[in-house]
This record gives sequence, structure tokens and C-alpha cells, in this order.
Amino acid sequence: MITKFSKLLGAGVIALSALVGSARAADTVKVGVLHDLSGTMAISETSLRDVLLFTFDEINAKGGVLGKKIVPVIVDPGSVWPAFAEKSKQLLEVDKVAVTFGCWTSVSRKSALPVFEKDNGLLFYPVQYEGEEESQNVCYTAEAVNQQAIPAVDFFIAQGKKKFYLIGTDYVYPQTTNLVLLEYLLSKGVPLANIGGGFVKDSSGKITNAGKYTPFGHKDYQQIIAEIKDFAASGDACVISTLNGDTNPPFFKEYAAAGLTADTCPVVSYSIAEDEFRSLPAKDLVGQIGCWTYFQSIDSPENAKFLAAFQAWLKTTKADGVVKEGRVVDSPMVLSYDGVYLWKACVEKAGSFDVDKVRAVWKSGISFVGPGGKVTTQPNMHLTKTVYIGESKADGQFKILKTFPDVYGEPHLKGTFKPKE
Amino acid sequence: MSLPATDRPYFRSRHLEFIVVGVLLLLLTVIFPLLNAHGLLSDFTITLWGKYLCYALLAISVDLLWGYTGLLSLGQALFFSLGGYMFGMYLMLQIGMLGSYAKSGQNPNGLPDFMVFLGHTFLPPFWRPFQSFGFSVLMVFVIPGLLALAFGFLAFRSRIKGVYFSILTQALTYGAALMFFRNDFTMGGNNGFTDFKLILGHSLVDNDTGPATMRGLFIASALVLLTVCLFCHWLNGTKFGLVRQAIRDGENRVLFSGYATANFKLFVFVVAAFIAAVGGALFVPQAGIINPDQMTPDKSIEAVVWVAVGGRGTLIGPIIGAISINALRSWATQAYPDSWLIILGLIFLLVVLFLPGGMVSLPGKIKALRKSQGKPVEPAVARA
Repeated sequence: MITKFSKLLGAGVIALSALVGSARAADTVKVGVLHDLSGTMAISETSLRDVLLFTFDEINAKGGVLGKKIVPVIVDPGSVWPAFAEKSKQLLEVDKVAVTFGCWTSVSRKSALPVFEKDNGLLFYPVQYEGEEESQNVCYTAEAVNQQAIPAVDFFIAQGKKKFYLIGTDYVYPQTTNLVLLEYLLSKGVPLANIGGGFVKDSSGKITNAGKYTPFGHKDYQQIIAEIKDFAASGDACVISTLNGDTNPPFFKEYAAAGLTADTCPVVSYSIAEDEFRSLPAKDLVGQIGCWTYFQSIDSPENAKFLAAFQAWLKTTKADGVVKEGRVVDSPMVLSYDGVYLWKACVEKAGSFDVDKVRAVWKSGISFVGPGGKVTTQPNMHLTKTVYIGESKADGQFKILKTFPDVYGEPHLKGTFKPKE
Repeated sequence: MSLPATDRPYFRSRHLEFIVVGVLLLLLTVIFPLLNAHGLLSDFTITLWGKYLCYALLAISVDLLWGYTGLLSLGQALFFSLGGYMFGMYLMLQIGMLGSYAKSGQNPNGLPDFMVFLGHTFLPPFWRPFQSFGFSVLMVFVIPGLLALAFGFLAFRSRIKGVYFSILTQALTYGAALMFFRNDFTMGGNNGFTDFKLILGHSLVDNDTGPATMRGLFIASALVLLTVCLFCHWLNGTKFGLVRQAIRDGENRVLFSGYATANFKLFVFVVAAFIAAVGGALFVPQAGIINPDQMTPDKSIEAVVWVAVGGRGTLIGPIIGAISINALRSWATQAYPDSWLIILGLIFLLVVLFLPGGMVSLPGKIKALRKSQGKPVEPAVARA
């Protein structure tokens, strides 16, 4: 009895909500927001949720997309990876969203991806990643390895650096980035002896990867720093770090304590942007290098307008859980912002929310001038964008040192760089 | 740890409890797939419920140890994940030439994508037998079982009990998680196993045949749960079951009566590992991913919370706990994405403060309340 009754009740509720939904469907479009709002990733991803809500409000205030107001469907996978598959399924099959903006970690994207491919959904992914992927159901607004890691190495080579120490957290992004960098360094004629951190070899003795890897949450960097100090004694070395999140404070503390500085041996960190900087010991980091496709310090009218509008929105918004004080913006946030506008442009050009039509427009190449400069969509689902190299300052901002305009996003880099004979 | 008379307070007899559980599960096994096949129940819901049933298996394994034997294991998620990983290896090898590297011609040997990613050119030897479904299913039992046997043997021989046992199980699962996180271990590292395509030749992702496969997995989960309930019911009625409960309520007395309590505990620990492992093996194809995060201690503690909320020391309690908490979580993370943790926390507090026997003790409480008010008493029947 009970089950039957609750079924009836459930069916009633669904029917009712469908009715309400169809009445409102005429002038709204549902959009999924799939970011962790609790658990270990919440500290990074709530910022992306905030900037997405801001962007939706900004677009809605100007009439929405194809005359329809954006209604966000926010879900919280809670940093539980199987929940990304479950929530994707819910967004696509139950809520039937037109598009989803979400994911931060590679594992969350890998969890959601099969669902997006099965249901032919569209996911906008905004965080620098390892590449080796080209799903037709993901719009990678993220930095590919050649839009972050390689320009930074070029920058160091131009500065006269001869030795490169690779260190990272043991997961896919650092492993793949270092694999590509190893091939890239060899192609630039850097000898194996000048690549630090050790090599991974297979049973036949062939080198399969390079770099020093520490587990998540690693705290003790004394020995590794001693190794770096020896490596850097010649004065022409640099460190390429793919260390993640909470391992950075102990690393940089130990680094400064050992007497290493940005002058003697600079570190480029691919995972530290303005938002992460808030939780780091600023004095230990001054002068170290960051490399992204956006810095808050970019001096352009688009960026000034974006920053002012975001701060104004923070003051007035009534959305739940938005922190209003001391907010900064960084690359993943701006790429989320760009993503929404690119989707809007694609939908408007296609004249439809249909995923296949939107994708076709994306592949044809659409441009948007965002806070980080012009971004253009590519046939391989990635973005052409401008790469900036910056030097960190004591106030948590970056001073831009070099700009690489219009870098084409290339996800498949493994095996493309051949060693110099 | 002793819980006086928690074994059968809410049903007039344990047989009645089993009949209620059995009938409900049978109905679930038949009605859900039927509704789904006729389009009245979405594919999303059936997969979701399939996962809840797997969580119920994990909860039963916790209850078997904690509720019935007085051993609070904070490492059951390890056996759940190990079972999942063993079956996951089979699923990974089934992808074969359907993976994205193989499609672009970069993977002639059909290795799992994460191996190509890390520069492997051939399959590590210990992976090879997992091509076989039968071998993989066997390993779902053998590997977690052997681990439980070795760990239990050492722990129980040394008379480690109470909070020390809980801490050790937690350390065990944490250590295993760190090992699985390492990419050198060739078990997928942090990303784990994902993107499954086929199971026994049936597609998991095809839009036409996929839903039927999922329905099959749901039925399998429900039937396994039913079998496990039948087994637990039978075990509770045996002399072994009584000795086990005696160990919970006063281990020294049992020991001095001439029973080798360590052997009894070891047996229960291994059986609980089997139950958790089979739950994990059924979970992985339905969830679509397994990674080392699933074996961190907090996942085990979550399972303990389900049992506490449902009602430990009962057959029906862990099932109700696992399903209701996870259903609540699925709903609240969408309906209240900003405050669902607070809602869930509040419920735990309320249960601990006012319903120490869990949700299954609610009908009894209401009955007692009515009695005290002198109203006519209706027969209390607990409902799932």
C-alpha cells in the first residue's frame, strides 16, 4: 500500500512540476552548474559557481539568450567523484538542461564524461588540464598543456636557464604535463642530465616519464629541497611545479628556508592563481612565476569593466552562500565567464539550443573578447587564447612579464616533439 | 558497546522481520524493473536505486560486525572498493578497442586508456587473467577475503578490540588508499577506472540496449541483497549466531566458557568482507567509476552512520539507513546545494539524541507514547 501510494504521489508531483515547467519553459532555458560546493574542492569551485551566477544575471539583464532567461540548476556533487556521474545524469535526463558548466579535477571530468557522451549533452570545462582528450561533448575553455606549461618553459629558456627540475603531485595532470615537457625539453636540445627530479623507466630501461611526485597532502619537502639546492648550485636552474593545493605552503616555506629565491632558482607553479594565493605565505612567494591565460592585473577596458561589474554584483546579490569580502578573480573564473558568453554566441548563431547545432557553430570558429583578451573556438573543441607569464607580488597579484598572443589549444601533444639529434 | 535486546524489539519475532524484509525486496526486484521497462520509472531512478542497494550491502557488512558482534570496523569501505576494483579490472579490459586511444590508432594492444596515458606498451602480467569474467568474480571474493583473513588473524590473535580495533581498521583502509593513489601501482591512480562500455557483451552506454543492462544490474543487486538477508537471518538463528551476540555483550565470559572467540570474530570479519566486496563489485558498473577516494576512512565512517541511523543489530535497519540517507543526499544536494550538509548533520544529531536505536525504533516509540496516553494500540508494523 505504502509503496503504491508514494508512487502515485511521486507521479503526481512529477506531473505537476512538468506542468509548471512547461508553463514557464516558453521564456526560460535551464542551464546546469556542476561544481563542488562542499568537500575538499569546495574552496576552489564555489568561486566558479559565483562567477557563473554573476554571468547569468548579467546576460539575463540584457534580455537572456535567444530571448529566454537563463535559469541555473545548481547541484553539489560534494567532492565525491561517482556523484559527478549521478548528477550529470540527473541534469541531462531529469532536468534536461541545455548546457552544463562544471568540473574542476580531472577525475570529476572523467566521471561525468561518459554520461555526457551517452546522452549527447554539452559540458563547458574551465580549468587547466592535461589534454589527451577531445570529446565531442565537452567545450574545453581550459588551458591545454601548450597554453601554459610550454610557454613558461620558453620563457625560462629565453632567460638563459639551462636546467629544469620537474616536481608535481602524483596524479594525471602533473604526470602528463611532465611527460610532454620531457619530450619538449629534449626537442630543445636540453640534455637528460639537465632535467631534474628523476626518471620513470619501464622494464626494458626505456624512459617513460620524468619528474618527482609526492602524494596529495604531502608535508615534508626537506629532502627534495636539498636535492633542488644541489641541482640549482650552478645558478642556471629553474623549477617547474605541478604541485597541487595544500602541498604548496610547506614546499615554499622549505624553499625559502633553504635560501633559494626567485633570483637564484625561480619556480613556475601551474596550479597557483590569484584565488589560491589567498591561502599561501605571500612573502615566501614573491618573484615566483605564474602562467595563465588571464591575470587580474591585465590592463584592458574589458577587464576593468568585468572587474567592476563583478564587484558590484557581489554587493547586491542575494544568492545563497556567496562570500562577498576580499574576492579576487583568476583564470578558471574568467574562462567560466568566457564559456557562458561563447555558448550564448553559438546558440544565437545557430538559432537553437540543440547540442548538435551549437557544436557545429563552435567548430566553425566564434570569437569573444573577454577580460583576458580575444578567445576563439576551434574545431577540436578547444580555444585559441592569449597566454600571459606573470611574476607574483606581495599583494597576491601578478605583474605581467610576457605575453604570447593567440596560442592555438592543442590537446594531443604526446609524441609530437622529437628529440634534437 | 552492549545494546540490550536490540535484536528483535521492533518485531514480534525475527521471522516476521525477515518476512517483511524479504517481501519488500522481492517487490522491489519485480516492480521497479517492470515500471522501468514500461517507461513509468526513469533510467536515472533505476540506476540510482541500484546504487542504494549496493550501499545497503555495505551497511549490512558494517552491521554484521558492529551491531551483531560488537566490532566497530571503520574500514569496510576498503573491502567494498577492493571488490569494486577487482570487477573494475574486468570492465576496463572489456573496453579494449572501444577506448579513445584505440579509436585513434594509438593503442594496438587494447590497453586501458590510463596505461597508454602513462606510457605503458603492454599489459602488466597480473592484469591478464581479468579478461575472464569468472576469474574476476572469483577475485572479488578472494582478494578482500584474504586481506580480511590476514588482518583479522593478526588483530584477533593479539586480542585487539574496542577502539584500538577501530583505529587499526581505519589505518588499514587509509594505507590502501595511499597505495591505490600511486600511479606506479597501475590501478589508475587518482582517476581510477571509468568509461566502462561492456559487461558480458551487453552495452552499458548504448542508448537502446544500455537501459536493459542497467535493469539487469539492478535486479542482480536486489537478488544479492535478498540472498545476503536470507543468509544473515539463517546465521542469527544458529548457535553460532548466539555465540556471536554473546561475544558482543560480554566477550570475557564467552572466552572463559571455553569458546575461542578469536575464531568466531575472524569468521564474521571475513564474511563481512565478502558482503562488502560483492556490494562494491555491483556498485562499480552502475556508478560508472571507482577511484581510491572510495576507500578513504571517511567513506567507511559514512557507512557506520547509515547503520546508526537505520538501527544497528537489526536486519532491516542497515537497509533502511543506507537507502534513506543516500536518497536524502541525492535529493538535498540538488534541492538545497548550499545547506544540505547542515540538513544531514541535523538529522544525525536528532537520531543520536532521540532515537538511539535508529529509525527502526520509531514505531516502538510511538506505540509506547500511545500506551502512556491510554489510547487504543494499533499493531505496530515497521515499514520500509
